[in-house]
Amino acid sequence: MSAETSLIRTLIAERFGEAIEELGFSHGVHAFAVPPDMIVELCRFLKKHPALRFDFLSDICGVDHYPEMPRYEAVYHLYSLPNKWRVRIKCRLGDPPRVQSVTGVWRTANWHEREAWDMYGIRFEGHPDLRRIYMWEGFEGFPQRKDFPLRGYKDKLNPFGAEGPPPTQPDLATNDIP
Amino acid sequence: MTEVTELSLPEADAPHAREVLLNLGPQHPSTHGVLRLVLELDGEYVARVDPHIGYLHRGTEKLAESFTYTQIFPLTDRLDYLCPPSNNLAFALAVEKLLGIEAPIRAQYIRVLMAELARISGHLLIIGALPMDLGAMTALLYAMREREMIMDLMEMISGARMHTSFCRVGGVREDLPDGFFPKIREFCDIFPNRIRDYERLLENNRVFLKRTQGIGVISAADGIDLGLSGPNLRASGVDWDIRRDEPYEIYDRLAFNVITRDEGDCYARWRCRVEEMRESVRIIEQCLDQMPDGPFQIDMPTIAFPVDKDRVHCSMEALIQHFDLSAYGFKVPKGEVYSAIEAPKGELGFYIISDGSPKPFRMKVRAPSFVNLQALFGVTNARYLADMIAVLGSLDPVMAEVDK
Repeated sequence: MSAETSLIRTLIAERFGEAIEELGFSHGVHAFAVPPDMIVELCRFLKKHPALRFDFLSDICGVDHYPEMPRYEAVYHLYSLPNKWRVRIKCRLGDPPRVQSVTGVWRTANWHEREAWDMYGIRFEGHPDLRRIYMWEGFEGFPQRKDFPLRGYKDKLNPFGAEGPPPTQPDLATNDIP
Repeated sequence: MTEVTELSLPEADAPHAREVLLNLGPQHPSTHGVLRLVLELDGEYVARVDPHIGYLHRGTEKLAESFTYTQIFPLTDRLDYLCPPSNNLAFALAVEKLLGIEAPIRAQYIRVLMAELARISGHLLIIGALPMDLGAMTALLYAMREREMIMDLMEMISGARMHTSFCRVGGVREDLPDGFFPKIREFCDIFPNRIRDYERLLENNRVFLKRTQGIGVISAADGIDLGLSGPNLRASGVDWDIRRDEPYEIYDRLAFNVITRDEGDCYARWRCRVEEMRESVRIIEQCLDQMPDGPFQIDMPTIAFPVDKDRVHCSMEALIQHFDLSAYGFKVPKGEVYSAIEAPKGELGFYIISDGSPKPFRMKVRAPSFVNLQALFGVTNARYLADMIAVLGSLDPVMAEVDK
């Protein structure tokens, strides 16, 4: 366990230097923090390196740390089928949250990223088809953000929703996706 | 020449001018729930598939943030409703890792036993439903007969047939009932012969073979790239089973084979599941043989209700703890955990971030069906509509889990 931790750590440090911070090993997963502009590079490195071979992307998920700043986070869980190791990559994002898409590295990232966009409004740059996945087209706001009420906002279809103005995100309007 | 129906296609319609737009679902028997597929058809050829999901979105993850850990169990039942014990187990394991505790050995055996029963029940449905999608009704009716036996067993254990919610953090809710062992032994005796029946019914059925063999082939590299897991990936020849590779609970004490096939087609995926049911029966029999006596619930009054109710009636501290636990739940130390199990559909993972309160700060479900369904993109391009139904059936998505 310690041997693999130090191997992963050394290989990443060799390639990326100080840019990637190690967050330790807990419950069977090695965790690293990465700045948003390096995520694709790191993923590609972890996937392709012959000693690591993290070839399976388990999951991508968004997190909202409101009211903490920086507010958002994208968390990636990778698995290495040959080595049976797990890695968690955490990427803190400002507001509005933007991060590079890893769809070019794994095709499975497509729907995971669409889900994170739908629920948290995290914009994945370079995603081929960043549309809402669970909520309908034209839905306003991002429901899993901490400041979105559990019952939703009151409107014609939702008489029991919370009072208040529907959220406005002029810089995140759904129609200006690249 | 026949006239091509005029379409209101979105931009750049010139290259698609011959194509017909067809809505399959959201209410259609072969979509196994509320899946809507927008198909661009050129004759019977599927030029493009655009799946629309979310018709069953209940916001499980958002809801979980306002529930205590014990209250979340019923939510997990409703993810993959064909096999709730697996979902319960995955969630309980994640929380137990955060708490740094382990359930007593007997409880672990009970959980594994239920999870394997659930695996059989989940596989039974798809083993019957895939042929039904292709026009062979009989298998499903037989499969339902055996599934009924499992439902009865579940009812015996937990009182509920589908949404058992039987796991608790640190154990299970109750011990196994009297008279359970003979019942399940009877099931283990009968069931392997019934598996043989399904095989005999379908493995030489020419229509079934024609419509599944060589259809929807996914290579191992593609499967990994698309994030497939469970029997879907093993049917492509990837020898990966979390039960064996990252053993949880008491799986390291049990002997079972990991079933793989090399073809990667619909038939291989169907076949993998049939053979996995045999292995599940083996696991269940070993559980029954090895199951020790002992507590079924961890002895930590701050986390689990005391088994001996008299303690609550006689001791002030126990009463307060009982009240505290039922009113506010238990606190989980700050931290985060990703814990995955081999659910019937594949890798079911729970990622939980705890801020030290009795409710999770963030709970993410890595639902295998969600990822498996996405693979429909990868394999059905330039295929016939009828083949796509077979591929969809063989990938075995459960929409409740896809939509969370």
